[in-house]
Amino acid sequence: MAKTISTKTLAKKVINHEKTLILDVRNTDEFDNWKIEGGKVEVINEPYFNLLDDVEPVSSRLEKDKEIIVVCAKGGSSEMVADLLEEAGFINAYSLEGGMKAWSEHLEPVKIGDLTDGGSLYQFVRLGKGCLSYFIESNGEAAIIDTARMTDVYENFAEKQGIQIKHLIDTHLHADHISGGLSLASKVDGKYHLPPKDATEVTFDYTPLEEGNDIIVGNTAVKVHPVYSPGHTIGSTSFIIDDTYLLTGDILFVKSIGRPDLAGLAEDWVGDLRNTLYNRYKELSDDLVVLPAHYSFAEELGEGGKVSARLGDLYSKNSGLQVEDEGVFRKMVTENLPPQPNAYQDIRQTNLGQITPEHEEQKEMEIGPNRCAVEG
Amino acid sequence: MNITANEILNAKGLACPMPIVRTKKAITNLEPGQVIEVQATDKGSTADIKAWADSTGHQYLGTVIDGEVLKHYLRKASEEETKEDTKHEAIMDLRILRNKIDAGESLAIVDVREPAEFAFGHIPGAKNIPLGELEERLSEIDQNEELHIICRTGSRSDLAAQKLKANGYKNVKNIVPGMSNWEGPTNKNN
Repeated sequence: MAKTISTKTLAKKVINHEKTLILDVRNTDEFDNWKIEGGKVEVINEPYFNLLDDVEPVSSRLEKDKEIIVVCAKGGSSEMVADLLEEAGFINAYSLEGGMKAWSEHLEPVKIGDLTDGGSLYQFVRLGKGCLSYFIESNGEAAIIDTARMTDVYENFAEKQGIQIKHLIDTHLHADHISGGLSLASKVDGKYHLPPKDATEVTFDYTPLEEGNDIIVGNTAVKVHPVYSPGHTIGSTSFIIDDTYLLTGDILFVKSIGRPDLAGLAEDWVGDLRNTLYNRYKELSDDLVVLPAHYSFAEELGEGGKVSARLGDLYSKNSGLQVEDEGVFRKMVTENLPPQPNAYQDIRQTNLGQITPEHEEQKEMEIGPNRCAVEG
Repeated sequence: MNITANEILNAKGLACPMPIVRTKKAITNLEPGQVIEVQATDKGSTADIKAWADSTGHQYLGTVIDGEVLKHYLRKASEEETKEDTKHEAIMDLRILRNKIDAGESLAIVDVREPAEFAFGHIPGAKNIPLGELEERLSEIDQNEELHIICRTGSRSDLAAQKLKANGYKNVKNIVPGMSNWEGPTNKNN
């Protein structure tokens, strides 16, 4: 039996920037579409069916005593290939348990910092998809922003520290992943907050996010201050937390900006997107720490797995913020866009409560990268 | 779609990599040119069967979804198809055939591929007579028509054209290369 490695152990290697060699044995189309990246990961692809008779197609690219993590879609083929490698003398071959499917579900909590009046802010990094969610805790209470579908991870995290989850907040109606906000809210008897302009077609009750209506977490008053910032969706809302952190949702990323087309209204929302990025955010303090809802490039994953940047720095470095000409900007965010995320229309409908796919189907829908960004 | 296969492999309920491992084994028992139907329930098997066929040279014909079951059709590669020296002299470029069809000409087209290949896409109006059945079914082909013989790459149709010529057919064109390069309209069997 092949030795295995858990997604948790692999995640630690990635966020700690440990040298990691991955042999991905899925077929090349799937590999090209979506793979494990980040930190010091080196990844090679050779489909498992080319290795059935002989591991020769990869043996010259591998070293016998070095660690090799074999990855496939669900963990079956990687186990077989790890066995074959071991037989061929590669003594440190491991199979990633559950494959890319499990990798897509792994959430890694990373502490961003302490808050002024006590409490702290965590970023939950979904390495497999590049999704980021935020856990704000203060005095025994917590709010989660852009909760992923795997709600048990947050529940366990809260339970271990004796924290009660009170608020589930989505910055916008997501199209790349299924929100866990509604289901966790009903489970913990918390409030589910959504921007009203994104929620016109929802089939459930929610608390509308509005500028001026701050959300208080814990009795020391950690302010979750909503800032209406349309563009990726018409309702997109950002949050300023503790006067220090700016949670930008899918409007502004570290290396790129949000795309306006996933709800089918690219042309209409370009103006809003530009106004948010080039006017509304500009009025805010340059020293705010930007915490986005996604990352798309391995190099955005910083020290200890953090994905963040100073707002002022992004105004000089992020290519999406350097476009003087409105026409050029319009062209950039409406033409030559990357492919849309897998099953994005079904995902939107699920998040609106219009359809309720089964658990396994929900997993399938989320396969693949997030693809919410446009690079300038 | 009703498709006949020479062999049926049951890989239902098996997870990756087993559908491919079993297919690889089963296909060694087939004669070149024969078709295998692989029944699988693993959703990932479609992309993998396709990619595996590409890497081995076997021909992936297509997949039919039958409830929970995916039926993948593969045709075992044969050496004669890779031979390039065609012997039948009268050939017609596929583009010329396409132009004639686009111009609305009514043509007699005989597609000599296996029924399973034919089922997944053929030129509208083409008649399917697999190469292996040609001699028994000559009565179905009109001696006086200009015949356009097509297969996937032009090699089976070459053999068919030669057979027809030997049986007294005068006006026989082998279409080259064949359906592998066809970008015009197609029909599928329902």
